[in-house]
Order: sequence, then structure tokens, then C-alpha cells
Amino acid sequence: MQLRFTPEEEAFRTELREFFTTEIPEDIRRRNAEGKLKYPEDLVTTTQILNRRGIAVPAWPVEAGGQDWTPVQHHIWREEMALNFVPDLLPFNAGMVGPVIAHFGNDEQKEKFLPVTANLDLWWCQGFSEPEAGSDLASLKTRAVRDGDHYVVNGQKTWTTLGQFADWIFMLVRTDPDVKKQAGISFLLIDLNTPGIEMRPIQLIDGSHEVNEVFFSDVRVPVENLVGEENQGWTIAKFLLGNERSGIARVGFTKTKLARAKKLAAEITTPTGTLLDDPAIASRLADLENQLLALEITQLRVVAGSANGKQNPASSLLKLRGSQLQQDAMELLADIAGPDSLPVAGVDAALANGTADVDSPVWAQLAVPDYLNYRKVTIYGGSSEVQRQIIDKAVLGL
Amino acid sequence: MEFDLSEEQVMLRDTVRSVLTSAYDVERLRAVTDTDLGWSREVWNSLAEIGILGLVFSEDDGGMGAGHEELSVVMEEFGASLAPEPLLGSVVVPGLLVAATADDATRADIIGGLSSGERLLAFAHTEAGDRWPHAAVATTATDGALTGTKTLVDHGDCADAFIVSARDADGAVGLYLVAADAEGLVRTAYRTHDRRRGAQVSLANTPGIRLGSGDASQIIADVEVSTQSALCAEAVGATTRTLEMTTGYLKSRKQFGVPLATFQALAHRAADMFASAELARSMSTYFTASLADGDYDPIIASRAKLQVCRSARHVGQEGVQMHGGIGMTAEYPVAHYVSRLTAIAHTLGDADAHLARLSGSIKDWDMVTVG
Repeated sequence: MQLRFTPEEEAFRTELREFFTTEIPEDIRRRNAEGKLKYPEDLVTTTQILNRRGIAVPAWPVEAGGQDWTPVQHHIWREEMALNFVPDLLPFNAGMVGPVIAHFGNDEQKEKFLPVTANLDLWWCQGFSEPEAGSDLASLKTRAVRDGDHYVVNGQKTWTTLGQFADWIFMLVRTDPDVKKQAGISFLLIDLNTPGIEMRPIQLIDGSHEVNEVFFSDVRVPVENLVGEENQGWTIAKFLLGNERSGIARVGFTKTKLARAKKLAAEITTPTGTLLDDPAIASRLADLENQLLALEITQLRVVAGSANGKQNPASSLLKLRGSQLQQDAMELLADIAGPDSLPVAGVDAALANGTADVDSPVWAQLAVPDYLNYRKVTIYGGSSEVQRQIIDKAVLGL
Repeated sequence: MEFDLSEEQVMLRDTVRSVLTSAYDVERLRAVTDTDLGWSREVWNSLAEIGILGLVFSEDDGGMGAGHEELSVVMEEFGASLAPEPLLGSVVVPGLLVAATADDATRADIIGGLSSGERLLAFAHTEAGDRWPHAAVATTATDGALTGTKTLVDHGDCADAFIVSARDADGAVGLYLVAADAEGLVRTAYRTHDRRRGAQVSLANTPGIRLGSGDASQIIADVEVSTQSALCAEAVGATTRTLEMTTGYLKSRKQFGVPLATFQALAHRAADMFASAELARSMSTYFTASLADGDYDPIIASRAKLQVCRSARHVGQEGVQMHGGIGMTAEYPVAHYVSRLTAIAHTLGDADAHLARLSGSIKDWDMVTVG
């Protein structure tokens, strides 16, 4: 057993940290730390800086612009991004459609899409979920009917995250309604400027506009935009969702939130000292820090296991526990903010949510919207219930 | 970053597993734990023969020269099979104290006897009202004569000698070797809820031999950390086994005409038990690895034991609940595991005590880091 990183891995970490802290603009990292990133420009700027250095899409195949890193190096890269408040890369590009095109796409698709996807010159969104197909994704109904050189697409997608900034959407569509539901699905790329597409915002629990509904009526999509074989979409979807779960524990992110909670609690004075001297708060913090450490070691075990080419079935528990700990950290921050979390905006309803110009600190005003927003993490990417189901079937054999 | 056991460690694990699983099923375990001694001399001799008793002592002292990782490997097997042999209480803990304090001749003599299985020691340290991490040591040593009462002496019932902590006239804590038949020593044996044994030991002007010079408090603290690590590994073995038993039961037991595993409410709780067991294993591994690096950090000990105690309680309680009525019986092993896990939790600090230590130190770090 050896729990230390090698000198080479430590050097790799130092090099990344140096790059992140000198090359990624400080104001972007500060906005990210405060939860106030500017979309889409902060993400585009960051991605393009990383891409110039060749580390925007390290998980892609090397010939598609990826890096020949060990699993531990990937882990360190993710960890250092989070600890230095470098914004997460757009998952739809870096984690989802990029690897799919690299793996299943033809040469023209690779040439056309991979460079612009890596550089975020083209912003993708995801068209998987539908009103009647959430966790039961294979029940999706959006139809694509072949008509000469085109598919004609009709239907509705939902929960399309950041779709308002997107140029293209990657979709699961039903191309054969007469077979077992998983067998009649295809993976299609659609330019959002195609006539017949309408995107409508969904306002969320925290007041934000993060997700959308997308409606398709007689949308004509060239057949060349089909990825892989017709009706092979479910295989591609499973490949994509497997990738989606890999980095989802977000231990580094939660670490920064707990460190922030501790710092803020130490700044809030009470009649007997600071909030950090309150044994209940100190205990919650210590408890969460410890649970997070246990998850981090577990993640390292999974990473080290995959270094030997073995599938470690513990990866669903990373999603299960990692998402819960993200929520717990946001909950603690909201509670530390306390009554100062009540104001969130001026009274003019026409203005976007931001913060109110009152004496309550900005971080406190953002605390409850963030807390509410993070209720999503045990729902998306396979809900906690789905993860438990995976553990039951794949690990425990129940 | 390497979490796998070495080939030698795998061999060690398999050897111990084979000795213990052939020695114990639930009936034989009950038969042995119902004897006065509470454990088996026969198994003890087998363990001595394959070198387990001398595992952590240096070869110069007559041991195997292995380390904490190997001890954890063995303790996990003890936990998995609920083996009652007092490896920790009668050999490892007192032996490590002797190894750290005694002169060459005494050390080789005592540790040789421990390793061969002929000698049984016990560490008499706790006194009435002590509760981890507090240890008052009110027992006094005056010109080599000890007076005081030591409670909760793990396997003190069968020890032929004790390592007794006592306060010298200058206030230093010393460690004394005291024969069980020494004048003025009275021991009162007891059974524990997990079918183990212990004793209270009172001393009245009892002669003892001081091991080493100076204050032994740091040595005791380091051995305490080692013991916590061994207990964590034992708990991981017992927790993992409890989970396996429970999932096995869910698959085989039918109610309403179908296996219990088909009820999602139960299956999902089993998934949470799995998560608990894995988190405990991670922290125990982390703890052992840092000890193997020579880092006897009490904060890491608290981190590991907090998680291990939490997981053990969660898995143990759910294990009983999902077994239903059968889980309440002494005829079925799950109850024995829960009792042992509870005893481990109450030894050298439970989850609350360790969380209190971490909460109290929280200003000492900004962020918890590994490596």
C-alpha cells in the first residue's frame, strides 16, 4: 500500500497549479469562487486558454486532442482545477459529445466537429430527457423519420442545460418505434438554427434560468449528422452516461466549499466569539470534512483500481455520496449565512436575480439560491435512487 | 498510489483466513466463548506456529519483523471471523509497550514468550472514570511498589503478568511489569457483552519492575494509535462480513412468495450499507498506510475511527433489521457481529469522542489534504 503521490505526480500537480493560477484570469477564478460566473464568456475564455495548452480535453483519445495521462494524472488535473477555482469545462462538449464523436463518429464528423468542440467555438447542449423519459430514458418518443437525405424530427426535449447559449444540440431520437424500446434509438447532431426548433426557458427553484425545453416540429436534419449506425443510439448513450459519472463526485469542489464555510464562520461574530466557536457548527464542519476525506480516499481507490484496467464497481457510490456531500456543503453555507441569506435582489421584478444593494454580504445573498440549486445534483446524471439500483445489481447481485 | 496488498500480504491473509474459518462457525464460536477462558488454546497455538503472535515484533526480539499493514491484514480476518483469541490485548499492545521501553535482555525474554504463545500479558492502564482520550493515572509507584486500581483490563483475567501504568514520585508516568501472582494484587474477572473477557486489577504495595526510564506518556499514546488502527481493521472485517451476510439473506429469504431482495426499499438500504462499508475500508487503509509511513498522527486516528465507528453502527443496525427476528437471536451470527462492533466502537474512543476531537481542532487546518 502506498498513499503518497510520486515525485513525478507532485511535479505534475505543481506545474498545473502554476498554470491555472497564472494563466486563467484571476477575475474569472474569483467569480467562480463566489458562484457568479459570467455565461458564456467566462467558460469560453477558460476553455480556450486550456486548449492552447492542450489540456482542455485530456480524456479524449490522443489523436483527437487528448492526453496520454494515467488515471491518477486525470484525477490530479480535476482536483487542481477545482482547488484553484478554474471553472468546470462545459460537460456537454468536453465530457459528452466530444468523446462520442471521437469514438463513434466518421472521419468527416471528427474533422468538422472535434476541434471546434474542444475549443468551445461551438457550444453544445444535450437533448436526452423528455417529459415522459427521465430516469427511464429509453422511453423517449421524439421521432426522426427518414425522408431522402434528411431525417424529419418531431417531439420535445427538456432539462436542456445552458441551451440558451448553445449552437448545436446532440440528441437521442426514435428511429424505429416497432422494436424493443432500447433498440430503436439513434444519436443525431442538430444545428439549433434549423427551422422548426423553439427553445423555451424553465425558471428554477433558485430563480435562475439554467435549463430549457426544446420543441421540434418538422425539423429537417441531414443524414450526415447521424453518429454511428441508425438504431445504435442506446449503445452510444450508455457510453456517454458512463463518462458523465466519472468526475461527478467533485471532491475538490466540495473541499473548497467547506474551506469557505469555515472561513466565513470564523468571520461571523457572536456574543461568545465567532460562529466557528459554536460547537454545533464546528461539529458539522468536522463531520463533513471527514466524510469528504473518506470519499476522497475511496475515489483514489477507484482511480488506482482503474489504473490496472479493472472496473471498480464502487464508482456509483462516488456519485451517490459525492452528490450528497455537495448538497451538505451548500446547506451548511446557507445555514452559516442565516438571516442574511434572505435578501437576494432589488424589488424591480424586471431585473435579473443578482443581489440586493443592502448590508447583507453578497455571499450570504447567494447562499440559499445555491443551496436550492444544488438539490439537482442527486437528481441529474442518474439520480441517487438509480445509483443505488446500480450498486444493488452490479455490486451486490440483489 | 497503490492500494493492493503485496503477494506476501495476500499469502498472510489467506493463511490466517484458512486457520480461522476452519476453526469457527457460529456454533463452535459459541462453544469456545462459553468456556472460562473464552478463546481456544488450540487456535492460539496454530497462530503461534504460523508466526501471527510475533508478527509485529522485530526479528531481534524473536518476532517476524512485519508492520502495521500486516497487522491490519490479520485483524481484518479476525474481525471477519469474530475470532476471540486475544491477539491485541494479550500480545500486541503489551508487547509494543515492552518493545518500546524494556532493556535488551528483558525485551527479548518477554517478546520471545509472547511470540511463541507461552506468555500472556495485559496492559493495565485505565482507571475508574477514565474515558478516552482522558487517562488520569492515579496509581502510584513508590520505590517500585504500586498502589491503585486498574479497571477494564482487556483479557486481564488470563494474563500471567501485567504492564501497569503508574505515576512516579516526580509525576512521570512509568510502565511497570507486574506478575499476576505478585503480593497485594487482586483481580476480578468479568465477561463482556461481546463474549470476551477482562478484569479489574487492584494493587496494594505490589512489587513491579520499571520498564525503561523517563515519562512513557508518548509511548502509550503511540501504542494507543496503533491499537486504534488494529481495531479499525478488525471492524472493517466485521462490517464487510455483516454486509455479505445481509445481502446473502436478502437473496435467499422469501416473504410474500418472493426473495426479500426484490423489495426495492430493502435493496436500496443495502446499497447504502455498501457505501458505508467501503468508506470505512478507505479510512482504515488510509490510517494503516500512514502508520506504515511512521506517522502516528492522532488526528488521522480520529478521522479513521470516526468513519469506521459510524459505518460499523450503520451496517450493524441495518444488518439486524433486515434479518428480521432471526437477527435478534444468538443462534444467528449477525447479532454477534453487532455486539463486537459495538465493543470496538467503545474502545479507545467512539464516533462522538473522535468527532469532538476533530471539532476542537478545526481551526488547525483550512482544508483536509491527503498525501
